[in-house]
Amino acid sequence: MSDQLIYAMEVTLNGLMAGVLYALVALGFVLIYKASGIFNYAQGVMALFAAMTLVGIMNGQVPFSHLINAMFGTHIHHFGWHVPALIAIILTIGVMILLAWAVQYFVMRHLVNQEPIILFMATIGLAYFLEGLSDLMWGSEIKKLDVGLPQGINLWLDEVTFNIFGYGFFVDNLDIVATVIAALLVAALVAFSQYTKQGRAMRAVADDHQAALSVGISLNYIWVMVWSVAGFVALVAGIVWGTKSGVQFSLSLIALKALPVLMLGGFTSIPGAIVGGLIIGVGEKLFDFLIGPMIGGATENWFAYVLALVFLVFRPQGLFGEKIIERV
Amino acid sequence: MDDGYITEDGRKIGGVVMEMKNITLRFGGVVAIKDISFDIREGEIRAIIGPNGAGKSSMLNVISGFYIPSEGEVFYKGSKRPQMRPFEVARQGIARTFQNIALFEGMSVLDNVMTGRLNHMQSNLFQQALWSGKAEREETANREVAEKVIDFLEIQHIRKTPVSRLPYGLKKRVELARALAAEPQLLLLDEPMAGMNVEEKEDMCRFILDVNDEFGTTICLIEHDMGVVMDLSDRVVVMDYGKKIGDGTPNEVRNNQEVIDAYLGVSHD
Ligand SMILES: Nc1ncnc2c1ncn2[C@@H]1O[C@H](COP(=O)(O)OP(=O)(O)O)[C@@H](O)[C@H]1O
Ligand SMILES: [Mg+2]
Repeated sequence: MSDQLIYAMEVTLNGLMAGVLYALVALGFVLIYKASGIFNYAQGVMALFAAMTLVGIMNGQVPFSHLINAMFGTHIHHFGWHVPALIAIILTIGVMILLAWAVQYFVMRHLVNQEPIILFMATIGLAYFLEGLSDLMWGSEIKKLDVGLPQGINLWLDEVTFNIFGYGFFVDNLDIVATVIAALLVAALVAFSQYTKQGRAMRAVADDHQAALSVGISLNYIWVMVWSVAGFVALVAGIVWGTKSGVQFSLSLIALKALPVLMLGGFTSIPGAIVGGLIIGVGEKLFDFLIGPMIGGATENWFAYVLALVFLVFRPQGLFGEKIIERV
Repeated sequence: MDDGYITEDGRKIGGVVMEMKNITLRFGGVVAIKDISFDIREGEIRAIIGPNGAGKSSMLNVISGFYIPSEGEVFYKGSKRPQMRPFEVARQGIARTFQNIALFEGMSVLDNVMTGRLNHMQSNLFQQALWSGKAEREETANREVAEKVIDFLEIQHIRKTPVSRLPYGLKKRVELARALAAEPQLLLLDEPMAGMNVEEKEDMCRFILDVNDEFGTTICLIEHDMGVVMDLSDRVVVMDYGKKIGDGTPNEVRNNQEVIDAYLGVSHD
């Protein structure tokens, strides 16, 4: 087998792994969009905020310490304890639920029946607010996140592929773990939405508000739940990406990576988000590997968007979206 | 309080369940309902009729909490109802259907009917997420009720079909099934037979009578077709331009001159 082909296989494998991470972020968008028709621009910042909060809690950092010190002339920064990862994660989930409630209570509740563009604007505002809040609470320096996920080359795959091809593939353990986590998360979400009463209520609200009200569903309650679930997905994405590249502002930009995934997969489809993520992940890695050298430059920055654009032209409703035919 | 009356066909009707007192509803300059009072008694089939735009749907929306009356009071089971949101009204045992069908188009018939059971499910989010014994038992029990309703309305053959694929007549029936699944004390139907062919209408008529007969469900329905109303209902409210112009048994309103002038006289269907 030619070297080129073997390398391409390795690249594809890594592309799939990256795709899973994109899908994870896209999933957060799809959840909220399906249930409330809101394109949540803040999804990426939520991942940043969740990761910041997690690190802060684990390190025993005092929230708002800069503010407190400036106001009272004190010099406190740390409580002086460390919180085990699992407990910190549970506490962070609590914070994300609180955030979901606050978003619904202070913002979204007042914007029922507004134009989608207004809701979108509100989430832009929310994104910047959260960014500021996360700075104020936890500081803006880059932080290392280690919740005990394995990292580094997977030796088993390395060995297996070496025995077959005479060349060992490099696959990061973290990527493998991320894939497993993402698969579990999606399975759990699907089971929740298909088989539980709250899941059914969630789908009902996503489908028809009037009808949902008529069977006794409180829209506010469901929306808090949906934002909580999206917050949880953001936390998972934040943990994986944060472990990979440190918890820092650029984490919030992964949201932008989710955009082409959504264009490909459609805004309302969970399978779409997954398949779209994989296509983008593999596509951009392979393209960069095969075509990149010819045009002399990194293509990863723009490839996803161009692919999505081309795709849009031919299938505006996304991979799994239903074709929209205008009634005349 | 008096305790009801005996209908022409010999059914016993109970006390007042729902009482609307001097209801007025305005939309800007439009007065959709003008100072209307009427009541609905336990076990009866109460009809609201009137020409298009008379304010019938608006009245149903006031009862179900979708519209908040500008003036007037609503008494439910003897006590004054504070201002409530529609989902709270639903939780009090009032189920409804819509004139322009409001179903969950993306869900199967069974799932649609199951949403009608939501109010009867007590297990919390945590128990649901962990799929505890309680959550599982609850799901099974409610599933049984849903299946019974599905059998009752003869839609077993489409129970797994996504609602969006169904023809209009069946959608209307699924919507009734969802409302029935809630085991409501008061069932509100906004033009349940509109747009149906003769055969579908006859089926729907039979179902409405059967529901009332077998479960004793109190029903308030809006209908256009005079023949149907005469067959179905025990008492009729007649509305015209937002005002009540008649109230009584089908025979009484049929012979009421004002009603004949305003409604029957101009009706050609
Ligand atoms: N949500 C609304 N906003 C403004 N006007 C409304 C609304 N709902 C009903 N109306 C008006 O109230 C009047 C009665 O309407 P409706 O109750 O639908 O009549 P019906 O069901 O008897 O045909 C009409 O003039 C209608 O335009
Ligand atoms: Mg109407």
